[in-house]
Amino acid sequence: MSKAILYDATMCIGCKQCEGACAEQNHLPYDDKVAAESEQSAHKFTVVLTQDDKFMRRLCMHCEKPACASVCPVGALHKTKEGPVVYDVWKCIGCRYCMVACVFRQPKYEWQSLNPRIRKCIMCPDRVVAGKQTACAEICPTGATKFGDRDQLIQEAQDRIQKNPSTYVPYVYGINEVGGTSVFLIAGVKVQDYGYPSLAKIGDTPMPEYTGRVMERIPDFIPVWTLALGGIYWISHRRDEVAAAEAAAQAEEEKQNGSGK
Amino acid sequence: MKIKLTFWRVVFIVIMALGLYSSYVRYFRGLGAVSNMSDQFPWGLWIGFDCLCGVMLAAGGFCMVGAVYLFNVERLHSVVRPAVLTAFLGYLLFIVGLLFDLGRPWYIWHQLIYMNPHSVMFEVGMCVMTYTTVLFFEFLPNVFEALHWPAPIRWIKKIYPILIVAGILLSTLHQSSLGSLYLIMPSKLHPFWYSPALPFFFFASAVAVGLAMTIFESTQSAKAFGRHLELPVLVTLGGALLVALWVNLLLRFEDFFHRGLLKQILKPSYEAYFLWLELALTFAIPIIILSFKKARLSPQWLYLASISCVLGFITNRLNIALIGFETYVGHHYVPKWTEFSITLMIIALGFAGFGVAAKYLPIFPETEHAVQPHRRSAAPTGRAIATPVLGHAGD
Repeated sequence: MSKAILYDATMCIGCKQCEGACAEQNHLPYDDKVAAESEQSAHKFTVVLTQDDKFMRRLCMHCEKPACASVCPVGALHKTKEGPVVYDVWKCIGCRYCMVACVFRQPKYEWQSLNPRIRKCIMCPDRVVAGKQTACAEICPTGATKFGDRDQLIQEAQDRIQKNPSTYVPYVYGINEVGGTSVFLIAGVKVQDYGYPSLAKIGDTPMPEYTGRVMERIPDFIPVWTLALGGIYWISHRRDEVAAAEAAAQAEEEKQNGSGK
Repeated sequence: MKIKLTFWRVVFIVIMALGLYSSYVRYFRGLGAVSNMSDQFPWGLWIGFDCLCGVMLAAGGFCMVGAVYLFNVERLHSVVRPAVLTAFLGYLLFIVGLLFDLGRPWYIWHQLIYMNPHSVMFEVGMCVMTYTTVLFFEFLPNVFEALHWPAPIRWIKKIYPILIVAGILLSTLHQSSLGSLYLIMPSKLHPFWYSPALPFFFFASAVAVGLAMTIFESTQSAKAFGRHLELPVLVTLGGALLVALWVNLLLRFEDFFHRGLLKQILKPSYEAYFLWLELALTFAIPIIILSFKKARLSPQWLYLASISCVLGFITNRLNIALIGFETYVGHHYVPKWTEFSITLMIIALGFAGFGVAAKYLPIFPETEHAVQPHRRSAAPTGRAIATPVLGHAGD
């Protein structure tokens, strides 16, 4: 069964332990300076944002049909059946199409490196496969970040909103966005205020479909267009051949007439 | 041999020196040090100009091969060789550009083994690779002619129909696919430039630029190599360019109309200024010029129209690649001087490559006329290039 993360902003106390656990899990440096950074980067896969005492986590959404994986020319990113969208650095050629394609602006780049990697939250795939929680969910002292089965988490998110309608904005972010994700957000504030794109902006169509509509035509297009081009070539050169043959026949005829006299 | 220091040679040396310094920065300090690209702007000038515009500017190759060999427009014969040469150089330089832009260029061959057929970029990559091979074979007869080596030309002539059809097929695919690259960014790219019809625009603009570039190139090389300008060729190309521009304009208009943007594009805004610039250069100026019969018969006006058209479509692609993202990102992207310097170096290499090829290979009609009678019997004599060409090479 596919796994997911549910982040409930109303339960978050902004302790940033998830940031620290994430850094440790991914062997990234983490100190007060990094903790103070309010932006995701190649060395900070997740961030807890603060606005008027309200908190919001940002991390890779692990889309059900990820744009980053579909655009990668060498398939260095892929969605695993367990849920995480993972990255095989040894395949990557560094084209950065994934960064341009992601609507959540998640892939970041090691711009200073001479052998740069794409960096993003990969949902602790080793732990997930081993049946454990992600590092961020495990360390969370309040349960604001919860790891579990995708379907159950959606149900739970909806239940929580139903039970406390006054606490929550009645919307589970991540169910519909770009065809569904594996990270869900519920909050008392609008997630859009923290940089998440609204459903109205990004739609519920899985991103790969935008290019897929064109790409799927190509296998049909190739033989048809080849045949058409070949046909044009044949017709326009056939005219030359016929003209040449006629000229030759005429010359032959004249020659015979000449010798006949 | 003594090499004279002309103005353009000095310019070339300066550009190369700066370019080599920037290359050093690129490979020993990293992409972050050499460019103003960032997590917000992962694609910069190199993708916008070197790749998107480079491939478009090389479209003359498939346009002229298509016109002459596919549709048998004999009177354009003299421009095929320079057009194929430009295309071949263009694609080689596109690959050079990629080696600068890719973060891990040493793994560029991964494309061949870890294929992802869903990726537009994979398709573009494969097409560019195979098309460059096709162009190599289309270009090769020049070399064999210069070497007075008829046998291989005969072999290549045998597969010529395949090369021609494959070349045009591959060009259709990747020229349009460069536009498809952006289809996956509907929420990021400004609506002036994001359109589901992007692949059609990219193909149509490639054809127009292919024609305009051939006019530009013929005029330019006539000047540079002291050749006689063939007016009937230019006039034919100018007429075709006018048609191509109208088709492009119609496509763009239909697109704006159906997406209900006609009012919005007239309202002044940051994006609108760039759109106006683009539309004026691509459509207004060249279409007005070419609509006058007198201008269509004048080399100067044709030259002007083609330059305006080329600059216009370059603006178009830079708008798509750079300007169209600025509102989404929330700040401007201005390339670092080292980015410009590497782009300039690549362009300079293109000009130099063209000059060298024109000097040593039978690219231009002077020689081709001498060869022409033997073409069909495939026994070219490949005379050395006329002396005036040598005298002006590299100017």
